[in-house]
Amino acid sequence: MTVTSAPATEMPRRRHPLIRFFKSLALLRESYVGMLGAFLVLFWIAMALGADLMPLRDPLAQSAPDLLKPALSASPDGGTYWLGTDDKGRDILSRLIYGSRLVLFWSILATVVAYAVGMLLGVMAGYRGGWWDEIISFFGNVLLSFPQMVLYLVILSNFGPNSDVGRYLGSALGISGTVVSGIIIIFAITFSVAPQVARIVRGLVLDLKTRDYIAAAEVRGEKPLYIMLVELLPNARGPLIVDACLRIGYVIIAIAVLGFLSLGLPPPDPDWGKMIAEVRGFGSIAGNAMLWPAIAISSLVFGLNLLADGLREISLRD
Amino acid sequence: MLLLAGRRLASMILIMIVISILLFLIFEGDKLALAARVLGPYSPMEGRLQWLEDNGYNRPLIVRYFSWLYGFITGDWKVSAQFNRPVLEFLAPRLANTAILGLCVFLITAMISLVLGVLSGIKEGGPLDRVITVASVFTTSIPEFASATFLVAIFVFWLDWLPGSSSFSNGFSWVELILPITVLVLYNFGYYTRMTRASMAEVMTSQYVRTAVLKGLPFKRVVVKHALRNALIAPFTVMILQLNYLLSGIIVTEVFFAYDGFGKAIYDAALFGDIYIVQAGAMVAVFVAVLSQFISDVGYTYLNPRIRFA
Repeated sequence: MTVTSAPATEMPRRRHPLIRFFKSLALLRESYVGMLGAFLVLFWIAMALGADLMPLRDPLAQSAPDLLKPALSASPDGGTYWLGTDDKGRDILSRLIYGSRLVLFWSILATVVAYAVGMLLGVMAGYRGGWWDEIISFFGNVLLSFPQMVLYLVILSNFGPNSDVGRYLGSALGISGTVVSGIIIIFAITFSVAPQVARIVRGLVLDLKTRDYIAAAEVRGEKPLYIMLVELLPNARGPLIVDACLRIGYVIIAIAVLGFLSLGLPPPDPDWGKMIAEVRGFGSIAGNAMLWPAIAISSLVFGLNLLADGLREISLRD
Repeated sequence: MLLLAGRRLASMILIMIVISILLFLIFEGDKLALAARVLGPYSPMEGRLQWLEDNGYNRPLIVRYFSWLYGFITGDWKVSAQFNRPVLEFLAPRLANTAILGLCVFLITAMISLVLGVLSGIKEGGPLDRVITVASVFTTSIPEFASATFLVAIFVFWLDWLPGSSSFSNGFSWVELILPITVLVLYNFGYYTRMTRASMAEVMTSQYVRTAVLKGLPFKRVVVKHALRNALIAPFTVMILQLNYLLSGIIVTEVFFAYDGFGKAIYDAALFGDIYIVQAGAMVAVFVAVLSQFISDVGYTYLNPRIRFA
């Protein structure tokens, strides 16, 4: 018995996935809006990665004589406070740049975790159907009818680093308050974002699972897990990438809002939302110290939203 | 219609029950801390234990849950630990304050975004469309507390035109409402505008609009008579569905401007561990969410005669 395997025409060589990813990213050139977004996002990523290379002051060092200085004022050691100082005499520029590290790290991690959970639940609900779908969709609906902020408030005030659970986690695992609060924040964000992701993925999967290649995989005798992870999810990635871009923006806003409501990362970490909350009580003399973190967070989220727009534009084109 | 209402009501009650049980379980942890907050940091331990005993916090979880559930249904929403007042009596004026804020925000946002969305959707890709799109992405990227910071810096610190807090300490005043409303409208109108724009753009490329243009009707008439009604179906439903998300923004804005509303009440109660206010607040929020879903479904069928209730 002979196997005939003679393709009539040479298949086009498939490039490495990373190369294809960058090739498609280069298409972004054609969208000015997307370029501006990519520039803003890359700017903050560069700031976060290069914070240690820049000649910045210690973001936590307090200086009693220099409280709430305006931008461009001279510091006692002969340098300049480019963006002024906050209510404890800390350098705002350095806090913003080190803060970008915290903001990007925790928001990207939270989005990735929430996405992983949401995609798994969504693909299960969509592909398995039946009771799986009923149960996953019901709990999704329960979480979605909770207003997001109430969900965050309830979770963080009861499990945050200052609660019994938070203190227990901190001492049992020997981790700092920052990490405990980061973990709880990820947990809270997963609860609010995963149901939304699951709903989108479920919709995509319901459509995809009627395709021939899924039937082929089933006939081939592949396990359901293989079909879900290898056949279904990669084919649903297009809309999900754009959505993830927007979603990181929401998560950044959520984390900053939590910082503003004093439920985010504990002091003295330079969290952008908390930086505003800390100086707010000083009224008009703190105007300068409030302005810069607000500009920082707005520019980063604006960049992400524009990037998502650009990506959607080029993904609709072909 | 009645069937749909019945099904929605059943699922709402089920969701409310699940959420209230979850909340009871979550708030179970820190009861002693709650007593410490009520009686002050230097109160003796016996006093705290006595307080828990007197206020029924030591009864088993199930007993407390059903006692709360029975009270909730019969209109006795228990007593707030934080203010030592009946929850219903405490929340009612707060709810009224938030209703004023929310209603103003909703109406203004709806008007602005419908007008802008229709204008930019009429000619997709035109200069007006570009400007409106970028502007709406821009305002949506600024979280409420950041735009509140900018507005306070400009209108309170610099120009000194408006008050920086909205606590109504000298009675109700519209002036104090301006900043909170502006903050919420700025954040929310972008999303609605883009929904309206997408829907309008789709309608403008449809066959019947082309027919209307080709048969020589004035363009204004085509837009007003033929396109608008069909274009407004989707944004209408989305706007009502988003009422739930509005509440998140309202919480932040109320805290920023010290506005004595429902959102700030939930925030304070969650930090304090005042479970009965959080429970009542969550129930009201879920009720509003489900009600808005129902209204949007009914409205959708009303606006789009091709759809009938199943």
